[in-house]
Amino acid sequence: MFDRRLVQHFDWVLLIITILIATVGVITLYSAVAGDPARSYLYVKQLYWLGIGATFMTAAFIVDYKLLEQWAVPIYLFSIILLIVVLFFGKVVSGSQRWLTLGPISFQPSELAKITCVIILARHFSKDITHEGMSVRDLFKPFLWVIVPFCLIAMEPDLGSALLILLVAGSIILFIKIRRGSFIFLAALGASGMPLVWSFLKGYQKQRILTFLNPDRDPMGAGYHIIQSKIAIGSGMLSGKGFLKGTQSYLSFLPEQHTDFIFSVLAEEWGFLGAVTMITLFLVLLVWGINIALRSRENFGTIVAVGIVSMIGWQVVINVGMTMGLMPVVGVPLPLISYGGSSVLTVMIGIGLLMNISMRRFMFQRFGR
Amino acid sequence: MVSKKGYKNWHTTFSAVVARATMAKSATLGTSNLFIMRSGYFNSVDTDWYKKRFYRLLICIVVGYSILFVRLYYFQILKGEDLRRMAENNYVRLESLPPSRGLIYDSNGELLVDNRPSFNISIILEDAPNPEQVIKRLALLLNIPPAPLLKKIQGARRSQPFKPIILKSDVRRDELAVIKTRRFDLPGIIVAVEPQRHYLMESGASHLIGYLGEISQRELTSGRYPDNKSGDFIGKFGVEKTCGSYFLGKRGGRQIVADALGRTTEVLNTVEATPGKNVYLTIDRRLQKVAEDMLSKKISGAVLAMDPNNGHILAIASSPSFDQNALVEGMSHSEWKAVVANPLHPLGNKAIQGQYPPGSVYKIITAMAALEEGVVAADTEHFCQGYYKFRNRRFRCWQEAGHGNLNIREALAQSCDVFFYKVGEKLGVDRLARYAKGCGLGLRTGIRRDNEAMGLVPTMSWKLRRFGSPWQKGETRVLAIGQGFNLVTPVQMVSLISAVANGGIRYRPVIIKEIRDYDGTLLETTAPEILGRLPASKETLSIIKKGLEDAVNTRSGTGWSVRLPGGVMAGKTGTAQVIKLAEDRDTKEEDIPFRFRDHAWFIAYGPTKKPSIAVAVLVEHGGHGSTAAAPIAREVIKTYLELYPEELYPENTELGI
Repeated sequence: MFDRRLVQHFDWVLLIITILIATVGVITLYSAVAGDPARSYLYVKQLYWLGIGATFMTAAFIVDYKLLEQWAVPIYLFSIILLIVVLFFGKVVSGSQRWLTLGPISFQPSELAKITCVIILARHFSKDITHEGMSVRDLFKPFLWVIVPFCLIAMEPDLGSALLILLVAGSIILFIKIRRGSFIFLAALGASGMPLVWSFLKGYQKQRILTFLNPDRDPMGAGYHIIQSKIAIGSGMLSGKGFLKGTQSYLSFLPEQHTDFIFSVLAEEWGFLGAVTMITLFLVLLVWGINIALRSRENFGTIVAVGIVSMIGWQVVINVGMTMGLMPVVGVPLPLISYGGSSVLTVMIGIGLLMNISMRRFMFQRFGR
Repeated sequence: MVSKKGYKNWHTTFSAVVARATMAKSATLGTSNLFIMRSGYFNSVDTDWYKKRFYRLLICIVVGYSILFVRLYYFQILKGEDLRRMAENNYVRLESLPPSRGLIYDSNGELLVDNRPSFNISIILEDAPNPEQVIKRLALLLNIPPAPLLKKIQGARRSQPFKPIILKSDVRRDELAVIKTRRFDLPGIIVAVEPQRHYLMESGASHLIGYLGEISQRELTSGRYPDNKSGDFIGKFGVEKTCGSYFLGKRGGRQIVADALGRTTEVLNTVEATPGKNVYLTIDRRLQKVAEDMLSKKISGAVLAMDPNNGHILAIASSPSFDQNALVEGMSHSEWKAVVANPLHPLGNKAIQGQYPPGSVYKIITAMAALEEGVVAADTEHFCQGYYKFRNRRFRCWQEAGHGNLNIREALAQSCDVFFYKVGEKLGVDRLARYAKGCGLGLRTGIRRDNEAMGLVPTMSWKLRRFGSPWQKGETRVLAIGQGFNLVTPVQMVSLISAVANGGIRYRPVIIKEIRDYDGTLLETTAPEILGRLPASKETLSIIKKGLEDAVNTRSGTGWSVRLPGGVMAGKTGTAQVIKLAEDRDTKEEDIPFRFRDHAWFIAYGPTKKPSIAVAVLVEHGGHGSTAAAPIAREVIKTYLELYPEELYPENTELGI
């Protein structure tokens, strides 16, 4: 029953890149929390999470991913239910209700929703992908698939995750092609809808966007964080101050230095060379992911792979961009580097799916199915 | 490569597609020699098309990441040196600007509590090259021992090198001048102005207002103070605690550029702090003062005044009191110990936490139950011969000579014990308890204060539970005159007399009149809240009120000595035994040890026609209600009617004392 070719086709390259990134992550996290006795145990917890993540990753590549296509709707509905449950029973942490607690562990359903949205969209588009691209009418159903989790997550509120789902969905749609006229129409619609979206934003979210546009607006909060983050990154110079030598992070100038601003710690201690190396690792991961998408010989696998690549790719760009003042401060973690169990699990599951698609590419070599 | 036209006819020329796809695949990856076909479901696209999409995707990613690389290059290579210098000098720092705490006013807008500037000397360890030496020098200048100061900085260096550590708070102006002139010998030492709480009424309304104290570790970790950090002062007691969230305000801050010595060279940005909200109490400062002055002549006790028409507490005093300013400025250990160890419990608020037997004041409830239950009618008379004999046991009336024949109104006015022994006997303990609970006894009044006591209303089942022995009939008799197991709090008593005065409505006692923003905008007002009604008809209440009026305004009444001109006050005296003395008690009050002396009660209201103030006075171990407690109540009511003469009816205006 078990196909020998599965082992032959196992994607060692992807595994090695993942291990390299996770290693960089743990080392950086160790340094980020070393100066704070209240948090110094966090890197150990992150190791546990990586262990759990590895189990999930294994599960995600052992089961044939075509099963996901069959089960896409129930899986999607399950994640929607979790998102509803968290709105009522979730743990409230600093003003937003994002965590579901199960015994000793708590996780964010919004993270899971990122994957399930990719799966449901891939199932939908794999059936009617055409050369001509999608029209507005074709996009109505996918729009519903995405807008429900988007609204639920935005209500928590977790603007970062909600926007990420929108970005990933947009990337998938652009990838499978959208008709030029439809694209222009939707872009215009989106632009004119902005004021409406603005009116739905919470006060602090508006603040953050305004702060991004003008960092002097909020010198005590986000504006200060960005300034300190820039100083930390810049002071790393070419080769960095060395492991555990970063003064900005050690002196607690950086906010959230173990989660959202962990890149600043890395860039301060390892300099331009270290930061470029880390970003390049991600770039290799993404290119390899695209390669997997390309080599997969059926639409569902291709689109899932593209979705996961864009999920990881966007998170890196947004997070790193945020620490350098290129993006507003939204809580998007740096995959496998930022501390956080839910994020680690989601990314590892995503990578597991990439492996899955990669090692089953031979299954669709013959005519017919 | 295949021409673009090939796309169009792929449905028809199947094999061509396969061939093309194979070529494309081999060309790009060179890994597979197998036949390739995309297995979509219904319609599909070929690999060439996909490849084009992939190239676009790749270009997007590369462009996006290039921006990151360029930005990194800009910060780390081009501007790296500048930024590293900033990092080394810790160029930009955050300085917290504490908000000023909300103020407290009385009901007329008179300031009761404000903030005054306090100068604190702190050290920033990172700026002091040799902190130990600096602190020793500072100690010498201030003429204080250096050891306790050195202790404060131990262990702080690693965790928070930039957080100012307060070495001495509230320094005097002359000390300040010394520090300022020697600044350059004291690197790392800073002087900061912080608002300090100042209580304007010296030791006034201290139990109501409460005081501030430094937040404790336990309070910090409790999660109830999310906006506070260690070193903050929070309300520990009273309104300062219960209204704590109103007073907070919003912390501001300043982004400063500091030089290598930690001196501010430039202020980049400032966000002003928002002051906290102001709380207006229901008390009248002048009335409060009178209540406290009167009470301070006694050893310990409580006074409460309430507006019977809405439940507003007009004055609330508990004695002995304490000095809030001393608590905020910091007491020495021995001073604090003396306060805590004082057997009269100055920190306890006797007005709401003290529980006492009600004494004859309770006869109001016995009378109410008797009239409502039909045990007596308005004109039913009982004979008092000075004692009531039951199975060889004599229950004495306070009036040894006896009261003769009297009806319920006269019995209330003269506080005849025998009358109520007889009535209580007929009522039974549980019926009495039902009325007591209906009047709010044995329950919290719901005054929004911490640790309100409940009092106790005994019943048969309660006694069985508590002592395991059945109720004795004789105990009902004792109960009916307010002795025995009964326990009430002064706030319950003021609520009771207030409800009697206003015709039976029980209001929740209120201490906060309104909350205003720092600029005066009205934010919240406390609406009167009706908790329930007294279990009594209009007729019953009017008989009771007549009895209470007679008690003060007739020669035979127990409160005759404290009457006000015009008969504007009505009231009831009470003398509550602390311990059961021998039935034939001949010892003089002065010969009994203080702690065994009777508690004195007086509850009253006025003006009788249209009551606008109700008062309860308790003097712990004060002796007789009529002599110890009643004069205080009289003074409070008299003052109130002088302050608010419009509350008097025209026919009462001859009150010209």
